[in-house]
Amino acid sequence: MQTTLKPQPKTMVNQNNAVPMEKLEPKSRSTNFNEVALGYTEAEALIEAQRCLECPKPRCVEGCPVGVEIPAFIKLIKERKYDEAISKVKEKNSLPAICGRVCPQEEQCQKNCIRGKTGDPISIGRLERFVADLEREKGLIITPISKPTGGKIAVVGAGPAGLTAAADLAKLGHNVTVFEALHLAGGVLVYGIPEFRLPKKIVQAEVDYVKKLGVQFHSDALIGRLFTIEELFKKGFDAVFIGSGAGLPMFLGIPGENLGGIYSANEFLIRVNMMKSYRFPEFDTPIKVGKQVAVIGGGNVAMDSARCALRLGAEHVCIIYRRSREEIPARAEELQNAEEEGITCKFLAAPTRFIGEEQGKVKAVELVAMELGEPDESGRRRPVPVKGSEIIMDVDTVIVAIGRTPNPIIQSVTKGLRTTSRGTIIAEEKTGKTSIEGVYTGGDIMTGEATVISAMGAGKRAAKAINEYLISKKQTNAIPPS
Amino acid sequence: MSTYEFINQLNGEETDIHTILSKQQLSPQVKKIEVYAPEIADKAKAGQFVILRVDDEGERIPLTLVEWENRTGKITLIFQEVGLSTKKLGCLQAKDKIMNLAGPLGNPSTIRNYGLAAVVCGGVGTAAAYPIAKALKEAGNTVVSIMGARNEGLLILEKEMKDVSDELYISTDDGSKGHKGFVSEVLKCLIAKKYQFDIVYAIGPPLMMRTTSEVTRPYAIKTMVSLNPIMVDGMGMCGACRVSIGGSTKFACIDGPEFDAHGTDFDELIRRLRIYPPEERLALDYHEKEPGGICKCRQH
Repeated sequence: MQTTLKPQPKTMVNQNNAVPMEKLEPKSRSTNFNEVALGYTEAEALIEAQRCLECPKPRCVEGCPVGVEIPAFIKLIKERKYDEAISKVKEKNSLPAICGRVCPQEEQCQKNCIRGKTGDPISIGRLERFVADLEREKGLIITPISKPTGGKIAVVGAGPAGLTAAADLAKLGHNVTVFEALHLAGGVLVYGIPEFRLPKKIVQAEVDYVKKLGVQFHSDALIGRLFTIEELFKKGFDAVFIGSGAGLPMFLGIPGENLGGIYSANEFLIRVNMMKSYRFPEFDTPIKVGKQVAVIGGGNVAMDSARCALRLGAEHVCIIYRRSREEIPARAEELQNAEEEGITCKFLAAPTRFIGEEQGKVKAVELVAMELGEPDESGRRRPVPVKGSEIIMDVDTVIVAIGRTPNPIIQSVTKGLRTTSRGTIIAEEKTGKTSIEGVYTGGDIMTGEATVISAMGAGKRAAKAINEYLISKKQTNAIPPS
Repeated sequence: MSTYEFINQLNGEETDIHTILSKQQLSPQVKKIEVYAPEIADKAKAGQFVILRVDDEGERIPLTLVEWENRTGKITLIFQEVGLSTKKLGCLQAKDKIMNLAGPLGNPSTIRNYGLAAVVCGGVGTAAAYPIAKALKEAGNTVVSIMGARNEGLLILEKEMKDVSDELYISTDDGSKGHKGFVSEVLKCLIAKKYQFDIVYAIGPPLMMRTTSEVTRPYAIKTMVSLNPIMVDGMGMCGACRVSIGGSTKFACIDGPEFDAHGTDFDELIRRLRIYPPEERLALDYHEKEPGGICKCRQH
């Protein structure tokens, strides 16, 4: 990648503006799955790093769910000590190349940045990605591991929460096995987030890093069916971390939803990302995308689905969201990417039924206009249907991206594990401790659908708590019963 | 230690997990494989299935668990070669490894002593019906099995079905063996002869399950079907396998695969099974034209 930017004296750069990150042109990118955002060059990273004021009481760190020492790693970039910079990041974050790409920094660290008061905040995510990518190209540095403790821990689910918990526990010297139900490790990072936003080789490299810490992986192992939590203890594990995620797709519950051509976003993305059906028939799993695609929902998953559909040859992709542009939950950056590529949005509209042709495939969707009423429990104004405003929109593919609920399998077979009415596992916020001794949890299975980094934060907190639990258990066991 | 592992150790060999131990042709398109999968064999119950993947490019294929043996750690799978993925699986030989094998998945059948049970099955569906018939027999039921196929050459597991049934009836579409016609007709005939079934299991092609379900509906006989919709992950994540049961949407992988036949929307199931055939043909053509064809083992 070429750049015209060179490191310049501080005074020559407008300190209020962040260095932009180069992206592929919308026209060239919307027909393939190549990564869209290209990352900073060294020169760009150095200019951006110079903008950091190195606040003595850094508020950005408070905004980071895993507490990365942001000014410290940025200072190391300024000094061109890139190896030390990535080590500094990895003290707190085991998956920096992923977080640098998919974290909503604008809601977290960057939201708190002092620079943001008068201009752009520091592009912390882009700098994190820069040092992580540089390290991966040079070969991964392995963080030192403490001496073996003899503790044996089972981690259920190889998603962001599980991978983080596993890495942290391994670094502390514990023997960790990750049980993953699918054939690949990574969870939502492999089945959900598309290649053009998070290349799978980057996920693989981060998983390889966790493996190099000594963590063992048992793929194709659906806990709750192959082994129960109780059986894991019988197998000699001292503690269990459940990070089974929010994997179940929600549907609208309106007539015609089971017609052919209507996918849950999960099915659509699993086929495209995990099964690589964008390379069908070279890969065996097919995907069918028509000319007119409607995506229902306004989150990041909806954006990902819409952009995948476009790349798979759809002529027109329309995102249908029941509230207005102001309330859309997707990251501004993702909505912008989608619109740049030619995806349209229909705000204040919701589907009421799907209409099929004779063969049972969807041919149209009926939409009703919505208006915003009083704020609901989420604080956002509640969308209310406008009577008699129904219109028919011709579609041949529909992707329903309205959210995911917790996977119920473990909860349904684990006696004594307390859950909420929403199906999430009840646990202590700070530690992830559940109602069963030695069983911890974190991520979407505890909170409901949230972000990659918040799941990682929970994995981290649980790892710390599990470590303390094992130490205290050892001490208790060491005292002979009186 | 299983006998299998013991024998292997005597020979100085260690069996890798998910190795194919034996392979057998049951009918022109139907093959049976035994796979070393001790963890699955230890947990499997009648009515459950596995999902496997043959290679890095492969689809996730759901297959019903036919037999399992805790002692030897082996499981038996039976499949019909219809598309690219099952043909690829059919190319594997004994000693080959199955790349990914996850299971047991799905809910086990609700097996208890109902009294008089009918197990009605057709085609390769017999493979899925056999473990249920066996479990019903072991639970003390009187088991009347009715198995069918297009012709005699396509009947599978006849001896096995006979061993677990008190009575076994056979039907073929062309009359080459047993009753000429459909299994549902045999069931209708038995009901007319005053067989008072307490439960009927119907497992086979969706049309056969629908017809059988219509036979038992007027008599309000509890009838269960094992559904075979398209699945991707098989763990509740994708919803490709959604079926309408009693008017509400269920996922066959985690809510099933067994459902009450009389509440099942078979027409919808049939329509949803018809989504991908053009792509399946395309994939098959693409790989058949590759040098060496589908099978990369170079033994074919």
